[in-house]
Formats: sequence, C-alpha cells, structure tokens
Amino acid sequence: MNRIQKKLEEKKKLLSIYFTAGYPTTQDTIPILMALEKSGVDLIEIGLPFSDPLADGTTIQESAATALKNGMATEVIFNQLKDVRKKITVPLLLMGYFNPILQFGVENFCQKCYETGIDGLIIPDLPIQVYEEFYKNTFEKNGLIPIFLITPQTDNERINRIDSISDGFIYMVSNNGTTGAKKTFEKEQSEYFKRIFAMKLKHPQIVGFGISNKDTFYQATKFTSGAIIGSAFIQMLSRDGLGGIDAFIKSIR
Amino acid sequence: MQKTSYQVNEKGYYGEFGGAFIPEMLYPNVEELRQNYLKILNDPDFQKEVNQLLKNYVGRPTPLYFAKRFSDKYGAKIYLKREDLCHTGAHKINNTIGQIVLAKRLGKKRIIAETGAGQHGVATATVCALMGMKCIVYMGDIDIKRQAPNVARMKMLGATVIPAHSGSKTLKDATNEAIRDWISNPINTHYIIGSVVGPHPYPDLVARFQSVISKEIKQQLLEAEGTENPDYVVACVGGGSNAAGIFYHYLDRLNVKLIAVEAAGKGIHSGKSAATSQLGKIGIIHGSKTLVMQSPDGQITEPYSISAGLDYPGIGPMHAHLFQTKRVQFLSVTDDQAMLAGIELSKMEGIIPAIETAHAIAIFKEQKFKKDDIVVVNLSGRGDKDLNTYIKYFNL
Ligand SMILES: Cc1ncc(COP(=O)(O)O)c(C=O)c1O
Repeated sequence: MNRIQKKLEEKKKLLSIYFTAGYPTTQDTIPILMALEKSGVDLIEIGLPFSDPLADGTTIQESAATALKNGMATEVIFNQLKDVRKKITVPLLLMGYFNPILQFGVENFCQKCYETGIDGLIIPDLPIQVYEEFYKNTFEKNGLIPIFLITPQTDNERINRIDSISDGFIYMVSNNGTTGAKKTFEKEQSEYFKRIFAMKLKHPQIVGFGISNKDTFYQATKFTSGAIIGSAFIQMLSRDGLGGIDAFIKSIR
Repeated sequence: MQKTSYQVNEKGYYGEFGGAFIPEMLYPNVEELRQNYLKILNDPDFQKEVNQLLKNYVGRPTPLYFAKRFSDKYGAKIYLKREDLCHTGAHKINNTIGQIVLAKRLGKKRIIAETGAGQHGVATATVCALMGMKCIVYMGDIDIKRQAPNVARMKMLGATVIPAHSGSKTLKDATNEAIRDWISNPINTHYIIGSVVGPHPYPDLVARFQSVISKEIKQQLLEAEGTENPDYVVACVGGGSNAAGIFYHYLDRLNVKLIAVEAAGKGIHSGKSAATSQLGKIGIIHGSKTLVMQSPDGQITEPYSISAGLDYPGIGPMHAHLFQTKRVQFLSVTDDQAMLAGIELSKMEGIIPAIETAHAIAIFKEQKFKKDDIVVVNLSGRGDKDLNTYIKYFNL
C-alpha cells in the first residue's frame, strides 16, 4: 500500500500543505519538508514552479516566478530530494503543470519519482483521457497515485468517472477560481461540500483552494477528509520565514 | 498512402498537435463549446445572421486588389487581400462577429478577451457594443504602452481594459489572465480567443470564422485571372488566424504554395525573436499541444517582436502541423525588414500596413517569383495603430 493510501485510512481530518520548490530560496526545500513533518502535517505537496501557471492566483504565481529566478528546475528538485526518504516519512506529492514534465520526459519523470520516494502526482492540465490513454501504465509501474480535480461545476457523471479512475483522494477545488487564500467560505461552498459528501464516492475528498486558517480548515473538512493550504502558507513564509512554520501549522488545528 | 488531412480530427488534433490540455476548472466551459459549436455554426439562421453582419457591418467582401506598382517592381502578379478595410481595421473582426453571435446562442452575458496589438481587443469591444454585452479585455502592460490608440478605442467602445502585469507583460500573459478570469467566471462568460490557439475547439472555431477570407479570394481571383488558384498565398503568423483564414480553402489544393511569415525580431538567433517554428519545440501552451518557445526545462520563454501582434511564443496547432508536414513554407522577417517593407508599401501603393502585415510584405525582397506567378498576400490590417512605432523608427 502506498503511503498516501495508508494515511487516508487514519480516521482524522488530514492537513496537507503546498509549497513552491525554490521559494523563498533554492536551499529551502529540505528544511521546509522537515519542519512540516515535525509540526505534524499529514501530506505535503511540493510545487514545481512553472512560468505560466494558469490555475494559480498571484501568491503562487509570484512564488513560482521567484523560484525560477532562483534557478529552480526539475533536475534540481530531484537532486535535492535524492535522500529525502532517509529524513522524512510523510507522504509526498509533486504538483506541477504538464509542460515541464513533458520536456523532462514523462517516463523519466515518473521513474525519478519512484527512485525518490514520491507517492503521487497532481498535474492539473493533464486531461484524464490523455492520462488514461498514454500515461496510466507509467504511473502504476512507478507506484504513483494520480490525483484528479473536481470543481463546483463538475457534473455528477464526470465526478463518478473521476472517482472510478482515482486511487488515492479526489482533489476538491473549493470554488470557481484560481488558488488564493480566503478569509471565509460562503454558504455556496458548504452546500457543494455537502452535495459531494452525499454522493458517497469510493475515494475520500480533500479540499483545496481558499483554505487559510482554522476557520476555513474547519469549514472545508466538516464533510470531507481533509484540506490543503497553499497560498496562505506561502504568504506566511514570505512574512515569517521558515521559523514561522510550526506556529502556523499549530494555528490551523 | 493515405492522404494527409490538414483539418482537425474528431479528437481535436491536427496530426500530433492540438487537444485540450486544460485544468479541470475549464473543462465544463470548453466542453460546452465543443459539444455545441458545429451544431450552431451549421445552423442556417446562425449563418444568415453572421453573413449579414459581415456584409453590412464589417464591409465584406473585402477587395482583392492587384498591386500594380509593387508587382512591376518585384516581377510577379501580386494581389493584396484587403482585410485592412474591414471595420476596425483588421481581419480580427471576422472571428469576433462569429463568436459574439455564438456566445449569444450559448446564453452568455459577459465577454472576455486577450489582446496583443489591441486589434482583437478592439474587434471584441466593437461587437460587444453592437450586441450590448459586457466586455473585459486583458492586455499586457508593455502592449498597453506601445498600442495606446487601441486602448483608447476599447475604452470608447465601453470595454474595461485590465493590464496583465505578470511575466513578459505581453500577449502570452494577457492570455493567461483571460483564462484565469474564465476559471473564476465559468457560467455567464464566453472567452473570445483572438487567434487559432488555445484548447480544442478554439483553433478550429477561429479558423472556420476566418476562412471567409479564402472563400472570397477563390471567387475574386476567378473573375480577375480566370482561376480560383493562385501560385502562392502569403500571410504573417502570430498565433496564425489570418494565415489560417487565407490558407483554409487552399489546404487541399497542393499546387497552391502556402507561405507563412514569422517575426524574427532582431534576428532568429539574437535571443530577441518570435519565430516559433524555428525556435520552438513541442510543448503545451494555453491548453494546446503545439510548437512552443521554451527553455530546456519547459519554461515558456519570452518572445520579442517590434510587432505586438506577432509577439507570441507559440503558433496554433494547425500551423505546427502544416510546418511539420511541410505543407506550408515558413519564413521569418526581422523588425528592420518589416519596417522598411511597411514604408515601401505606403509609398508605392498608398496603403499603410500594420507592422504585423508588413512582415508578410517584406518577403518580396528575398523571395524570387516568376513573372506570371500569381501571389496573394493577406493584407491583414492597417497601420494606424502603429503610427507611434513608425514615427519613432523613421523619425517621421
Ligand atoms: C493586423 C494583424 N495581423 C496579424 C496579426 C497576428 O495574428 P494572427 O496570426 O492570429 O493573424 C495581428 C494580431 O494582432 C494583427 O493585428
């Protein structure tokens, strides 16, 4: 069983943290990972910076631009992560746009993930049909769990289809919009969380986009298995640096 | 051997190019369009409405003008397809007319667009004014500065122009911002994309709306020369919509040679260029698998051209396929060559071309044709919007 699947069996509200590799500096990848594990997060998404992140709001856009300016690249990340499994055991996902992975070579990329001890991939602009037709075998061969997104606009038929090809959790985008921290969720969102809960899907859902604090974490996880914090975590890093990680995580739950 | 098809297949690909590499947030919008566009485009009522607007509002058909002095100088029969005479001054409005009527059929209330030179932004703002729809145009910060008259036009037409501050602050970034807007407004909004780029079905949709250009040429050339088929068809390529329109009805007529002209900027290998077919590799840009200018790590690089409309690090998937199959010959022209051609056409024919268009005109200096070769050039737009650039360049 994959580390993600094992984690999903724990009956608690999971906290997942996203950060952009190479931000604030290129040297921070491993220290951030270790600090996150130490403060007790359940899953970590390492963001691969991209020049044109279509699904991201300004916080993640700017962190990616800084990371690229700092010299972050796919090859660099794999070098940094080479011994990561000697240091931490928390499930790790890579989250990145498809083009850099395509240039690295999907086969090569997945194999590197396997060697590194990566557990899953989130590639928002890899369509599910293309995944099934061309890359499913490569993912499976390398023990990688594909994570697919659903949004408030995804119809039930498609949600069921995504559920049927999923293996870990379903990434439930909280609202119509790009990534970015929100102070609170509207009634609309909780109705959407409830609606999906009522579908009794095979795979648990973890909510992303807009979660920023204890309040939004609570709202997002009332009907789901967990939530992902990205932009708010990056904003905290900009403000407080790596020293702020523990206090930030403790402030969420 | 099976005949190569240059049109999109049922999966949304031109050969290996195209598709819809979009985040799930965009799936419902793009899928709605994909499921409906052919049905709507084939509806006689839709066609009637679009054709009437093209005739009475845009001013189609545009003339196919025999450029006598230019022909004498360069030793070929050179015809100019006068898209510059369209309402708003470029071919862009052929597409926006089609898409606004389509958006109405889809029940959309709000229109977004990206623009580089501002021509597509103006063409979108115009049709939104015509239909009483709310219009938001994203435009790179740098382009807002170099295309100021078009920014003013869009505002007069009632559009909101939102500057794109990210990345290279040009067309690519404006497109990113428009896509993000669409992600945030998935229900009431239609995105009028300005070229044959983006996820399927956009490249096909825009090519179909621009195909009126070559449809008219067939008839016009038959009257002028007794044949529908020129020897050569020439067009500049940014994303590739004016080229797609003028190539469209000739794609399967293999005796008609097709030439696409890209912006070499300060020279293909100067590091300041937008010649995607020469510098690009297969990759994903704006939801489409196509040729993309990018770093070895897959980061999309910042293109450069003096012409805002050609300053794009990709080409439409249809053109990537036409390049790969060698159906179209790709040439490139530098800033300097284009500027000189722009002045020359002005002095010799009394037509001030857009700087984008001047790239297509510039090939006559290098390319040799036979005296009785019929060469049709897409005069995609007029140069009014570029006066500032012309003034600065030539100290006018
Ligand atoms: C006059 C003119 N020609 C050509 C272009 C390039 O676009 P495309 O390659 O889609 O025709 C533009 C774009 O703004 C334009 O304004």
